[in-house]
Amino acid sequence: MPNRIEIALKNGVRDARGERIKREIGHFLHLAVEEVRTIDVYTVDAPLSPDLLEQAAAGPFSDPVIQLWSLDKPLAEGFDYAVEVGFRPGVTDNVGRTAREAVSYLTGTPLADGEGVYYAVQYLLKGAMTVDDVENIATGLLCNTLIQRYTVLSSQEFSRKGGFAAVAPKVQAETRAEVREIDLEVSDEELMRISKEGVLALTLDEMQIIQKHYRDPQVLEARSKMGLSARPTDVELECLAQTWSEHCKHKIFAGTVQYEDEHGNRQEIKSLFKSFIQRTTKDVREKMGDKDFCLSVFKDNAGVIKFNEQHSLVFKVETHNSPSALDPYGGALTGIVGVNRDPFGTGQGSKLIFNTDVFCFADPFYDKPLPKRLLHPRRIYEGVVEGVEHGGNKSGIPTVNGSLVFDERFAGKPLVFCGTAGLMPARVNGQPGHDKYIKPGDLIVMTGGRIGKDGIHGATFSSEELNENSPVTAVQIGDPITQKRMFDFLIRARDKGLYRFITDNGAGGLSSSIGEMAGECGGCRMDLAKAPLKYPGLNPWEILISEAQERMSLAVPPEQIKEFLAMAERFGVEATVLGEFTDSGVFHMQYGEQTVAWLPMEFMHEGLPPMQLPAKWTPPQHPEPVLEEKNDYTDELKQLLSSLNICSKESVVRRYDHEVQGGSVVKPFIGVTNDGPSDAAVVRPILDSFEGVVTAHGICPRYSDIDTYHMTANAVDEALRNYVAVGGSLELVAGLDNFCWCDPVLSEKTPDGDYKMAQLVRSNQALYDVCMVYNLPLISGKDSMKNDFYDGTTKISIPPTLLFSVIGKIEDARKAVTMDVKRPGDCVYLLGCTADELGGSEYLAMKGFVGNKIPKVDAMSAYARYQAYHQAVLQGLVASCHDLSDGGLAVAAAESAFAGGFGISIDLSRVPWQGPEDGWRDEALLFSESASRLLVTVRREDSEAFEAIMGGEGCSRIGVVTENPLLSIEAIEGHDVIMADLSELKEAWQKTLREL
Amino acid sequence: MAQTRAIVITGNGTNCEMEAAHACRMGGFDEAVIAHIAEILSGEVRLDDFHFLNLTGGFLDGDDLGSAKAQANRLKHASVSGSGEKLVEQFTRFINAGKLILGVCNGFQLMVKMGMLPAFDGDYLNQSVTLTHNDCGRFQDRWCYLKVDASSPSVFTKGINKGIYLPVRHGEGKFVCDSDATLQRIEQEHLAVFKYSGSDYDAATMEFPANPNGAQNAIAGICDPTGRLMGLMPHPEAFIHYTQHPRWTREELPEAGDGLILYKNAAEYVRNNLV
Repeated sequence: MPNRIEIALKNGVRDARGERIKREIGHFLHLAVEEVRTIDVYTVDAPLSPDLLEQAAAGPFSDPVIQLWSLDKPLAEGFDYAVEVGFRPGVTDNVGRTAREAVSYLTGTPLADGEGVYYAVQYLLKGAMTVDDVENIATGLLCNTLIQRYTVLSSQEFSRKGGFAAVAPKVQAETRAEVREIDLEVSDEELMRISKEGVLALTLDEMQIIQKHYRDPQVLEARSKMGLSARPTDVELECLAQTWSEHCKHKIFAGTVQYEDEHGNRQEIKSLFKSFIQRTTKDVREKMGDKDFCLSVFKDNAGVIKFNEQHSLVFKVETHNSPSALDPYGGALTGIVGVNRDPFGTGQGSKLIFNTDVFCFADPFYDKPLPKRLLHPRRIYEGVVEGVEHGGNKSGIPTVNGSLVFDERFAGKPLVFCGTAGLMPARVNGQPGHDKYIKPGDLIVMTGGRIGKDGIHGATFSSEELNENSPVTAVQIGDPITQKRMFDFLIRARDKGLYRFITDNGAGGLSSSIGEMAGECGGCRMDLAKAPLKYPGLNPWEILISEAQERMSLAVPPEQIKEFLAMAERFGVEATVLGEFTDSGVFHMQYGEQTVAWLPMEFMHEGLPPMQLPAKWTPPQHPEPVLEEKNDYTDELKQLLSSLNICSKESVVRRYDHEVQGGSVVKPFIGVTNDGPSDAAVVRPILDSFEGVVTAHGICPRYSDIDTYHMTANAVDEALRNYVAVGGSLELVAGLDNFCWCDPVLSEKTPDGDYKMAQLVRSNQALYDVCMVYNLPLISGKDSMKNDFYDGTTKISIPPTLLFSVIGKIEDARKAVTMDVKRPGDCVYLLGCTADELGGSEYLAMKGFVGNKIPKVDAMSAYARYQAYHQAVLQGLVASCHDLSDGGLAVAAAESAFAGGFGISIDLSRVPWQGPEDGWRDEALLFSESASRLLVTVRREDSEAFEAIMGGEGCSRIGVVTENPLLSIEAIEGHDVIMADLSELKEAWQKTLREL
Repeated sequence: MAQTRAIVITGNGTNCEMEAAHACRMGGFDEAVIAHIAEILSGEVRLDDFHFLNLTGGFLDGDDLGSAKAQANRLKHASVSGSGEKLVEQFTRFINAGKLILGVCNGFQLMVKMGMLPAFDGDYLNQSVTLTHNDCGRFQDRWCYLKVDASSPSVFTKGINKGIYLPVRHGEGKFVCDSDATLQRIEQEHLAVFKYSGSDYDAATMEFPANPNGAQNAIAGICDPTGRLMGLMPHPEAFIHYTQHPRWTREELPEAGDGLILYKNAAEYVRNNLV
């Protein structure tokens, strides 16, 4: 019988967690609860003496200053209902894991397999409410039933039963080690049934290719020597399904596209990836010649570029959308700690220097009905924000840059982009840090967490498969501390040269990581029975494809293995030899002595023919709004400042440690009261040097409603102009593309697939066109192509979204520029031309329109302007600079002014205009989102030098910084078109998300 | 000349070891060693070989049992390989040798939960105060003005005029005492070295966000009666150079950041008293 240790706050101690729950119950469920108190519950399932249990309760489990504890005796009192929430069997329980280790320090020996400590929280609710209300509170707020279990007791039941029973949510299973064979000599319908029921996601074509492979007499002969029949084992089929999945193989980006444009011109594109993304990098690198700074692109877990002679920069951005839709906290937490492993597992391994994050959500204040099974956007918002907070903060990596983007269609699938950069020595033990290789005979080693059923087959939207006895397979919860321990160990092992190759265990688990590593030397032999498991009951195929977190795979030379394993043990990190790499040409899996998979490497990696994808572009036509001209747009400006996409995100950003590691130079919030929005981040990764790393991003999914070509061009431009604004150098800057699309494969379910595919083609075309002019090599990226929600009746597809991130260098971080105006009297310049381009703008969206006049990027002139501007930065001539994006000039001017605490006075008639005169109106000048524009302030005495440098590059003096804290903008006709106190503008900008 | 040696303990979720070691070097220590707790438990590194111990920021064991609780338990109960001694004995020996300990953020949490602060009457292993969840219920990364008690015995704050400006980055920073008597004694003996204040450093404040967590008497950091052991929630190692200041692009600032003086004082104390 397990024991329960309860920990409650002493009387009079504030229960911040309870207060927060109380507020959320009121906010989400519109129920008035008098009070919520909370109790921590540790269920100890181990034969410990009462004395030891009391030592644990009084020692590591409680804080004597503020808490009380009890053993096997409930502490709850003075409540109407109690709800206890704990994890389901097999779900990662970080607190339980730490508690277990704490107990082992008291006993002096680790707990035995099968013993454990499990964590739960008891919520004590007081107030007038019904059982149904409490059920709603439990399932709507306190508990995510996918991963957690809960029990409700009224106060009467509680006293009758003597509180909650002691239950240890242990996985009940036996080791079976079953291997099934699957008969593929069946009808096509039967092949598809096998694929669907096995959640293999293989198409009929793919199933037939596999069928054919198992008919090949040579294959059969080789198999029979290994004791295998002509039928594939489940291990083999699952392994192929992983290797060939969209997620791992990027079949859409590798497919052959038949593209037809609006004029009926047809074009065959063999692989978007090769034709546009890889070609961009290749062509830019050729163009740069000996100034090329790329070191490792596309081939590793993250891209690597040069930073200086001693160090290289590593960067990767990933998405974790589906898991975050299911379990926002766990999904997002796994997203961030998962992407951490990419730069860590690049080359010989890198030290992680910053995170970035971009979230796309629906309106958190959404108040209309949602399709069943979709979580409310506010819950997704809260969960994702908290998940990334815990993942980033606990890992000790500063979160330096990001944004929140809102669109109702993200209710169907939130987008959670997480990025991580690393710094690696240019050379490690004499070898280039970004290179790695494997020799046949090197040992296969897995380090870090153990394997469970976590994430098998990725996330699915069905909770029916889950019950008390089956561990959760759909969702993973990250464990930043186990990962941190592993990284602390591995970075030291790297410097001692104890391994030759390192990579991440992510999607597809060992099947992917070892499969790819085996490709390096031409084969492997691995014994799945050697893999350390969280609990018994996993079949070999499950061990192979489990996506259990916090694991790295390594190739360790046999002569180093002893030292490697000894060091791992000292650092408290589990490391296990699973087999060895070979040059046999075969991916060979055993379970003990038995061969359970025997797959020729060539078939695994090259066996799949490209997908055939139709794409037809028909430009959409939206109603062109005719808006009444007004004399005063102050209210419009305030409304825009309060809109979700523009308003301050400070309440979220302050929850992220953006300064740990000590290198912060340009922070997310700056200005006279530390609350103005930065354009980009600057960090110094090496504390005794002033060389800085600059990172920024661009994202503008609204433009996809008009044309994804321009959406993409604007996203690339936004990223680069943010980067340039703070002082990033154009000599050393690279890009990362992350595509999140709705399913673009034409099918019954997706009748407009050819349009969505054409959107993807156009996006890729723009990527090439703009990056070529901006000298931006693409060094890494990712695509997530199935961001739709479909429940049989309602379909919600996200707007096609490209997140474009840039990383580069500022030679001297002390020259960085921030966006807040600095002093009265400084001249205000606008760089770049404004045009009648309100299409897809925040302004039109606010008025309920999309429009058609999308901003177009003139990359050639923008690049010349950015180069000139950078010269001005290097000469110290720029006092402040802010990029113009959502909300146009009016919003940028308001932000720069209130961030700096001084007014700005602008004359619209001096704003350079491009295009037909009939569009030249105050409204467009104020709110148009024309690309490549920067709002710059310059000391009066520097203005001549500044103008000389900018020359003809679209630079115009449009106003002045004023002592008076007012934003005053004069119309073309000369009257005040905007006149507002900065405090009012700032309040409008801050109020929307302040309380979230 | 003898070497002044600082050590920064890392591992199990400590995050600020690199900048803490950098701050020690900038402050004048001849050497600043980052030692993983595994290297201390294995006996490879001994505290006895150092003069200044840094317990710095992070999330020890994920703060899973409450901030720093699991590490406090580990330090009290774990043994050092091959020596037959408990790790805690190295700590008490270090303290009794008159050496210096600075706990920052998670390190401060660790010190109070071990009982190393305020440590009345030379008892370094009994907890009497704690640091718990911020009143706002959230992690906060923001800069705070800290009024310094010029009458405190702290060896770290000598020469600070009125106060210093540093970032806080924590979710559990609210300082709470087990009794009024403890609080009174801390105040009477001037052990409350740092208090959250307004930008003029004149008066302590309970107002959010200047006081980011609702700490009792606005206390941000305390020392022991000898002044050699000190802990604070804000991060002095995060403001060593002016470019770390949130407004460096708009204010005329000296080269050194406000936090450096703590490390300079520590180095000077070591040089004058311990080598």
